[in-house]
Amino acid sequence: MNFTEYVRQLPQGSMDRRQSIWTRLHLDPYLFAALLAVALSGMVVLYSATSGDMGAVYRQAIRFGIGFMAMIIVAQFDPRWFQQWGGTVYLVGVLLLVAVIVSGAQAMGAQRWLQIPGLFRFQPSELMKLAVPVMLSWYISRYGLPPRYRDLLVSAVLLFVPVALIIQQPDLGTSLLIASSGLFVIFLAGLSWKLIVGFSTIAIAMIPVLWIWVMRDYQRQRVLTLFDPNVDPLGAGWNIIQSMTAIGSGGLSGKGYMLGTQSQLDFLPESHTDFIIAVLGEEFGFVGATILISLYAVIILRGMLIAIRGRDNFCRLLAGSLTLTFFIYVFVNVGMVSGILPVVGVPLPLVSYGGTSIVTLLTGFGMLMSISTHQRN
Amino acid sequence: MLNSSLDNREKERRLFLSRMTASFIFIALLILVLVGRLFYLQVVQHERHEARSQTNRLEVLPIPPIRGLIYDRYGELLARNEPSHTLTVVVERSGDLDALVQDLGALVDLSEDQVSRFFDRVRGYRRPFEPIPLKVRLTEEEVARVSANRIFLEGVQIDAELIRQYPFGEEFAHALGFVGRINQEELRDLDVGAYAGTRFIGKEGVERQYEDALLGEPGFQRVETNARGRIIRVIEKQAPKPGSNLHLYLDQELQKMAYDLLGEQRGSIVAIEPETGGILAMVSNPGFDPNLYVSGFPTEIYNALRDSPDNPFLNRAIRGQYPAASTIKPFLGLAGVDQGFVTWDYTINDRGYYQLPTDDRIYNDWKRGGHGRVNLRKAVAESCDTYFYQLAYDMKLEAIHDIYDQFGFGKNTTADVYNPFTGINPSREWKQNRHGFSWYAGDTINLSIGQGYMLATPMQLAIATSVLANRGRWVTPRLLMHSNDESLLDSIPEPPPDVHLNNDANWDRMHAAMQDVVQGARGTARASGLGATYEYAGKSGTAQVIRIERDENGDPIGDVPEQFRDHAWFMGFAPLENPQIAVAVLVENGGSGSGVAGPMMRSLFDFYLTREPEQ
Repeated sequence: MNFTEYVRQLPQGSMDRRQSIWTRLHLDPYLFAALLAVALSGMVVLYSATSGDMGAVYRQAIRFGIGFMAMIIVAQFDPRWFQQWGGTVYLVGVLLLVAVIVSGAQAMGAQRWLQIPGLFRFQPSELMKLAVPVMLSWYISRYGLPPRYRDLLVSAVLLFVPVALIIQQPDLGTSLLIASSGLFVIFLAGLSWKLIVGFSTIAIAMIPVLWIWVMRDYQRQRVLTLFDPNVDPLGAGWNIIQSMTAIGSGGLSGKGYMLGTQSQLDFLPESHTDFIIAVLGEEFGFVGATILISLYAVIILRGMLIAIRGRDNFCRLLAGSLTLTFFIYVFVNVGMVSGILPVVGVPLPLVSYGGTSIVTLLTGFGMLMSISTHQRN
Repeated sequence: MLNSSLDNREKERRLFLSRMTASFIFIALLILVLVGRLFYLQVVQHERHEARSQTNRLEVLPIPPIRGLIYDRYGELLARNEPSHTLTVVVERSGDLDALVQDLGALVDLSEDQVSRFFDRVRGYRRPFEPIPLKVRLTEEEVARVSANRIFLEGVQIDAELIRQYPFGEEFAHALGFVGRINQEELRDLDVGAYAGTRFIGKEGVERQYEDALLGEPGFQRVETNARGRIIRVIEKQAPKPGSNLHLYLDQELQKMAYDLLGEQRGSIVAIEPETGGILAMVSNPGFDPNLYVSGFPTEIYNALRDSPDNPFLNRAIRGQYPAASTIKPFLGLAGVDQGFVTWDYTINDRGYYQLPTDDRIYNDWKRGGHGRVNLRKAVAESCDTYFYQLAYDMKLEAIHDIYDQFGFGKNTTADVYNPFTGINPSREWKQNRHGFSWYAGDTINLSIGQGYMLATPMQLAIATSVLANRGRWVTPRLLMHSNDESLLDSIPEPPPDVHLNNDANWDRMHAAMQDVVQGARGTARASGLGATYEYAGKSGTAQVIRIERDENGDPIGDVPEQFRDHAWFMGFAPLENPQIAVAVLVENGGSGSGVAGPMMRSLFDFYLTREPEQ
């Protein structure tokens, strides 16, 4: 590790800047407020999407409680701490992913969970959503930017291993998110544009290969359905047709809370999980959907600002990657529900019903807050 | 140094800033795309989607395909579809479900089973607006009663659909298998689109093996319905593609004959056409009525069958594993003589027992006092154990295992028989892994008379007999003769390699020895061969269940409880020249092979070879 950096920082640090109460609590007020706003509006929509199931809303509230706690606790640690433990967590995560595959093979089928006897079911891929960006940020920031070719190669391997393991599960959505988080670190670290253009070209050329050899039938079906949902109106096309109808029929200002016919009459599948934005779009219209997207935009902008102000390369890369990955969440989910991207299982962050992803996301924001409030000391 | 380091830090910061700027532009553009897409859907196309959601109520209804039919080799229909009325409920359109089911109970006869299964389906995964069946096969009267009260019954429908019917019932229960309602577990794995509108799936046998081909592809119609679910207008319709029809090698009359021959006895008969490998008959007795699986078993009938000591759900033809007993001798003898361990003229003097050179243990022949001077032909005809004990000792395990393997024992060689057991063709490794003991010389001795560790299914013995009749030529054993889906035949796997002998004349001589069994002066089953108008070959087998006291002819002394009686085997083929049929008969606890199973085989041959050809 590059200790000289800390030595240099000492004389510059904590001159006479008065710390606000937020800094002392290690929380970022703007980020906190925006996250809370998204969480609350999400629960309002959830109540409607479950046709008034207060139990589901309570369970979601408990998850948010746990998530926000995790965020606040994580924010108290100095980023140096993530740097020190990132490698270990990454290794443990990879081992757990292998364990999932092995135990899944014994259970004769696909599996994403690891049952911890007597405790709970644990999804190691969630851990990797944070471990991968931390690990890569640490690795790449060791020798300064931009990274050398050798470091790029190692980074690629560090990224490829967990992604390949998660694709096996098979969990396309999560592997996509983790792959992006790693690629963002490499991009932000200054991968030369020449290489970026080169790799993109290769990636595009690989599409036919993926299509023929790697993708499974149901995945191909989802892509085909995207171009014409009517080819399979009973299977994969159903979801898209129904969600587009739901969003479109909402119009400018929506049909009113709890009044969406598509959602309330059960035409819309998965209405409280991956497709929840269709409920929002139907009941609150273009205005409501745009407001939610604006809230996301605030979170993303704030995250980028924290990244730019980061005290060292590690902090900057990590904050940048977490923020951009959060954007990918939003983009992929809204894109698939509105029919411009194929259906991959990516929830709408902080709004879709479901446990682990909320806690993981908020833990990630805890890291962002830690980076923003632990400036040089 | 410090300066250049500061310089570097500044450079890094600027590099990062430029990357963040690029990201910002990228994100801003994509957010614009999202908002633009929402604008397009919600403002530009609003009226179209609004109209659609108004009449949505615009529904896509699946049209289930017609399941493929199954015929026997002469075109006799073995599995057909018949119209039936089903009472269904669309949950989204009904009010209080409990009250509704109660009202319906007053109109039609509903069992607790049907009601609880219905609620399971309601709570489980289902497509929105999918009709959930409550009762199948309504009587005409029930249809009339429900129709008359329809306006009071929100969400209730009567669907006419085709359901499976098996005209020959029990006779073919194990050969054809059956379809049954799709259960929750199957629902989780299957392609929901392909099964839209279909409530049944192949569970066993041919119905399961050829499920994909029999199913067909669903069509759909896009319809407008009013709020109550009545169809107002059909907007678009795509016809379903019916499933493929299957023509099997099974011979309905032969199958019935075999089923009747077994009568009240537990057992199995398998018949194969050596020329084609086609399975002509595949009976397991007792059976059950497969039609009950389609309509839903009444609980008491199901429980009675499940708990019956006769185990009617066991398909003995492919999943009943028994010691092959003396029916294995022709295969062993063939290898022994062809590989030069004995010659046809070589004799032993059988005094009724055999003793290993290294061991005190006595291995008795079934005939006390022995058969005297015995050569191979006589050893087969009279089923002399001692001769084969000696031969097995000389051949050693590996050569025996190898010849059994070449005739298909210990493995599955069938193409399209669903879920068969493989029996056991033991080897040193097998015993070590399974029992943790090494192989003893005595185990080899037991193997020579098909006892000990060796197990075979009636199907395997019929196949081995067919290969023997074919002079070693393998044809993949199969049920499917042809289908309008020609690709099905392409998936029939290659058979195992043919059995090659050093001297082809040995085939004929072994066939002749087997003819002696049924048509020779001293054959064990000469009684069952009397009066046949054609030449044929056979071999009896009597598989011990437990050790019991026997007289000098090997017959048990006194009354033996039924479940301890020997299993009776018989195998054979006819006619001797150009064999047309090879058969294995097994009667569980039937006693003597030649006495019980032999006559059954003879009756089958008489019927098959002398029957008037179909017009």
